[in-house]
Amino acid sequence: MEQLLALIIAKYNYWLYVILMMIGFYAMIGKRNLVKKLIGMNIFQTAIILLFVSAGVKHGAKIPILDKYAVLKDGVDVASVVNPLPHVLMLTAIVVSVSVTGVALAIMLRIYREYGTLEEDEILEKLGK
Amino acid sequence: MKLLQERTAKQTLGESLIIQTAVRLMVPFIQLFGLYVIVHGHYSPGGGFQGGVILGASFVALALAFDQQLCMRLMSERVNGVLGNLGALIFTGTALLCALFGGLFLDYSALDALIPLGPIEWRSFGIFIVEVGVGLAVMSIMVSLFWDLGSNGGMDEGL
Amino acid sequence: MKTLALLATLITGAILLYGTMDFPAWGDPQAPASVHLSPHYIENAVAETHVPNLVTAVLGDYRGYDTMFETVVIYCAGLAVISVLRRKKA
Repeated sequence: MEQLLALIIAKYNYWLYVILMMIGFYAMIGKRNLVKKLIGMNIFQTAIILLFVSAGVKHGAKIPILDKYAVLKDGVDVASVVNPLPHVLMLTAIVVSVSVTGVALAIMLRIYREYGTLEEDEILEKLGK
Repeated sequence: MKLLQERTAKQTLGESLIIQTAVRLMVPFIQLFGLYVIVHGHYSPGGGFQGGVILGASFVALALAFDQQLCMRLMSERVNGVLGNLGALIFTGTALLCALFGGLFLDYSALDALIPLGPIEWRSFGIFIVEVGVGLAVMSIMVSLFWDLGSNGGMDEGL
Repeated sequence: MKTLALLATLITGAILLYGTMDFPAWGDPQAPASVHLSPHYIENAVAETHVPNLVTAVLGDYRGYDTMFETVVIYCAGLAVISVLRRKKA
């Protein structure tokens, strides 16, 4: 019982983000409307970003913005500053997510102009004819 | 006041008078805050991407409250395109300039041969120049995406 | 169709949750992500670039290539939307 509680406290953030990832994944493959699929992709990307940022946290540490003159005089303790590398990589991931959403919405507007509907099975019927 | 109320009651696009007055008062302060976030990227959370999105959001608020034609009159398509291209060019131009002066491709301390400030100070200044370029590019793309997606390609009426 | 999607989601979720058994504990300072390269960034970034914000220093100076190509990505996204959607007024 205590081992189970220690396991839950050590890893519950990863479990939460995996559950959020699976909600997004089900929306991408299980829904029929194209806009709902796009929102599922957005949820998936957000869960991945949160997973990476939470993997670099240290217990009792501060944010990676230091005091310039104190650091130039004394030096900095590595265990008291949060790892800045996941934050940097996830900034790029957020911008890529916005770009993909923008282009997907533009393509959906063109599909609506051509076929008059945004349901996946109706579009497949009109394509197959 | 009566004239303003009658005019906003008759229009077809745009929001009510309260929202229009509030947006018109707030947009300069939002833009000032966006510039503050870009420039203070060295000392507080922020930087190029965040400040660029705030600047772009100010124009989106203007286009939502008023007509999209008014927003395109205040910031024309040509100026928007020039600013976006200038932002991407500042980044790549600075990187190429560092290579021309003897260093590696993105090595800002090689620009010390141009204006002698010291190689460590040039690294800090190079990061600042690059953030301004990124902020301009992101602002232009946010505004252009909203205009295109909101008007379904025609750029005449908006959301 | 929806039951098949639900089954695939549950199986993938179970496999991923089994994979998190190997992850380091949350908040561990000796996790492998914080041991190899990021102590170099934390200790030397302020002395080498005089920028107190570590995230901006790493983004603009040590990883400048990634930021440059990311600006190109968002620029190309704007170009793609313009080329797909614009039409002349009839």
